[in-house]
Amino acid sequence: MLFYIFAILAILSAAYVVLTRNLLYAGFSLLITLLSIAGIYVLLFADFIAVTQLMVYVGGVLVLILFGIMLSSRVHDKSVLSESVNKVWGTLVAGLILVGLSYTILKANINSLPWLQTMQVDVLGEQKSTVQSIGIKLMTDVVVPFELASLLLLVALMGAAYIATDKQKA
Amino acid sequence: MNIPLEHILLLSAVLFSIGILAVISKRHAVVVLMGIELIFNAANLNLVAFSRHDPQLLQGQMFSLFVILVAAAEAAVALAIVLRVYQYFKTANLSEVVTKEQ
Repeated sequence: MLFYIFAILAILSAAYVVLTRNLLYAGFSLLITLLSIAGIYVLLFADFIAVTQLMVYVGGVLVLILFGIMLSSRVHDKSVLSESVNKVWGTLVAGLILVGLSYTILKANINSLPWLQTMQVDVLGEQKSTVQSIGIKLMTDVVVPFELASLLLLVALMGAAYIATDKQKA
Repeated sequence: MNIPLEHILLLSAVLFSIGILAVISKRHAVVVLMGIELIFNAANLNLVAFSRHDPQLLQGQMFSLFVILVAAAEAAVALAIVLRVYQYFKTANLSEVVTKEQ
């Protein structure tokens, strides 16, 4: 099944982000994780979210991260590598969280939840994509958070540009 | 094709704990940011998975859109801070940043 291929790909490349010591390899393997998650979104009938994931994460955030790597490390130095600290404690905490979450998920008996009984197999129904309903919802139900999000993006970008300027030279 | 909900939730749990591991155990600030992005993606996966079962449809998808937006803003600000820290301390290594402060 396609979902399991994407899932295994996402888990393996996410694990490689943690395991590798090379920063650039970590960045590119995060790229593979984000791409396979976008593929999973398509399988979950969320085409608009998948496209947003591609454009914002893969096109924007990851390029930012790669810039961050290149600007914040001397290339001919060892500092392009990233050593691990707290290996034992980190693995212990992450493993405990994983075990706890998996136990809860398996114990929860999700399929017997009443509001999940009403699941339609043909979710999208007549329309073949979610873009139209997302557009309508953005302009009616969630218009205030939508405008606030645009304001937040503006403030964040201006703040980022202000923080990153070199004040000593200016 | 009908993917069982448990499998998506388990995948999301695995990604979440890998992100936690990256945040705890890495020394470079950018890799810590990557761990945070992994955590955001795990949360988004849950939201989209439950949104598939939503009779009103799309509420989880709307929420995950806003999560992606906030994550983008967070990445921009955090990387600007990392650049400032690098200019000031000449390193982006989190443990060295702490020791140089003293």
